[in-house]
Amino acid sequence: MAERILTVENLKVVFHTYAGMVRGVNDVSFTLDKGEVLGIVGESGCGKSVTASAIMRLIPTPPGEILPGSKILFESQDLATLEEQKMRQIRGNAISMIFQDPMTALNPVLTIGLQLSESIILHQKLSPRAAMEKAIEMLRLVGIPSPEVRVRQYPHQLSGGMRQRVMIAMALSCNPKILFADEPTTALDVTIQAQIIDLMKSLNERLNTSIILISHDLGVVAGLSHRVQVMYAGRIVETAKVHDLYGNPLHPYTWGLMQSIPKVTDGTHRQLQTIGGQPPDLLSPPPGCPFAPRCRFALRICKEELPPLIEINPDHQVRCWLSHELSPVRAVDVFQKEVVNR
Amino acid sequence: MSQPQTLLETKNLTKHFVTKRSFLGEPLATVRAVEGVNLTVEKGKTLGLVGETGCGKTTVGRTIVGLYNPTGGEVLLNGENVHATLAGPSAMTIRRKMQMIFQDPYSSLNPRMTVGDIIREPMEIHHLASQAEMKERVWDLLKQVGLNPEHASRFPHEFSGGQRQRVGIARALAVNPEFILCDEPISALDVSIQAQVVNLLEELQAKLGLTYIFIAHDLSMVKHISQRVAVMYLGSVAEIAPSLHLYDNPLHPYTQALLSAIPIADPKLEKSRKRILLEGDIPSPLNPPSGCKFRTRCRKAFDRCAEEIPVLKEVEPGHQVACHLVG
Repeated sequence: MAERILTVENLKVVFHTYAGMVRGVNDVSFTLDKGEVLGIVGESGCGKSVTASAIMRLIPTPPGEILPGSKILFESQDLATLEEQKMRQIRGNAISMIFQDPMTALNPVLTIGLQLSESIILHQKLSPRAAMEKAIEMLRLVGIPSPEVRVRQYPHQLSGGMRQRVMIAMALSCNPKILFADEPTTALDVTIQAQIIDLMKSLNERLNTSIILISHDLGVVAGLSHRVQVMYAGRIVETAKVHDLYGNPLHPYTWGLMQSIPKVTDGTHRQLQTIGGQPPDLLSPPPGCPFAPRCRFALRICKEELPPLIEINPDHQVRCWLSHELSPVRAVDVFQKEVVNR
Repeated sequence: MSQPQTLLETKNLTKHFVTKRSFLGEPLATVRAVEGVNLTVEKGKTLGLVGETGCGKTTVGRTIVGLYNPTGGEVLLNGENVHATLAGPSAMTIRRKMQMIFQDPYSSLNPRMTVGDIIREPMEIHHLASQAEMKERVWDLLKQVGLNPEHASRFPHEFSGGQRQRVGIARALAVNPEFILCDEPISALDVSIQAQVVNLLEELQAKLGLTYIFIAHDLSMVKHISQRVAVMYLGSVAEIAPSLHLYDNPLHPYTQALLSAIPIADPKLEKSRKRILLEGDIPSPLNPPSGCKFRTRCRKAFDRCAEEIPVLKEVEPGHQVACHLVG
């Protein structure tokens, strides 16, 4: 049995705006094991980045707020209520994050070496000289050629892929137990993306770091994750082992996402399946299941009552009435029928 | 089927940008963004243009529609030289035939104009209809791209990304073009919305007989929408082939690496697949390598690659490759 490293329970994050209260993350619970790669998939605005920021306690307050009752358990501490002083010792140390945009996440007026050694000096109490050596070592680890030269350079002298590697080196410099990767490859070209994915995979295997990978790219998630959860409108709608999720998606949203992307391995041209409509407005989410207005399989109950998280097997849960024991139809059957009808 | 008819052709298209000039205006540094590109697009078909950032795919597109003047070579639309015509009196007629859909649906629509005005403007510029007819046409176009015609009086900020991209498409269609340049039209959109826009583009092509050049870095989407695909590297075309064929049998080492790098949304396949990892980044186009431009990252490069620039050769009907190892 793998060691559990993070437990999130009933996480609720809201943002107070002039227009009203936006529920960014609504009642999210999940766990992460040591050495596990957990993928979080969803469209923009579904709350995947807010979940990560909440665990890192990087939600700007105000307007954001982690509602009381939320629990983020890490090493027998509750990060949701931990004082900022103590949080600072964890952030960037035991839990760190690779940000989405390598072009803006680095400080343009400081050298790479200074930015890298800053957190090393702070968390590992090394001398500036020793920290700089460690920084060079980290750059070598992430595959940057001639790191001794690079530490003296500024971010603008590096390409996008290089900068993303610096971000990864920075995040790894204090041997974190959990690494958040928030769309780590979105801003990069496919060939560079392949390099970065490869790097993250080998780091996970070598250092046994747990990774939470946030992405909207189902391909990237498939290649890297052990377990995947799909988010929609601030809630987790489906969670499963990676093979189970891709092979046997049970939520209509997950299924629709898979159908809407072409695969390079497709032999012939097929009409892409679309999910009609738009994601709901989180200011006034619809009653019942948030996906019901866009769901072609919606039952009457879907529009009235939020489905519970239904357990298919210990690793596979889905928030959909179609999978409820009293449902008149089975999700697999309706999906199958839909494919045949096309 | 009728005989395939070439609508658009580029002959030896070249575009250089001078980035630095001396005191007297002589060029000191030149970016060779596009170098000798030959493409043909058949009427009613889609040509996909793929490559990494900085490979010149957008520059090719923008030069084709006349947003840039080429440094050398020419672009022919129905046999007519685009840039020569643009300089002459019938510039407006050729502009009307070529339209463009932009990458960013947020910055490509004027925030101070209503959606109706945005779609009407090209018709006004080209004097295509009377005011009353135009109003009707705007309604028609909005319906055609799947928007509610009653939203014509709304402003762009009231729409989502996917809807704005539909407005951009309606604007391009307003002047009944023959050719539309789609410059990364879906890369700013969410996954579930991308399929909607791609389906719309395909539907419109079938209905109106449109011809597209589809520029994107999402290779699976390019394969889906195009009949032919051209792979570009550092300003030159490395390989052109029918899309299914290219993906089954890539011959250029760069195409092979590019295709193997695409993540596939299937964990089983993804595990068993072998990746060809390219080392390093694209060299600077200010100072490209001699001979074959890809040789610095190519695993199979040999002496000849540094000395001689490979030319595009036809290896099979419709399949052209620029590599010394092939053909």
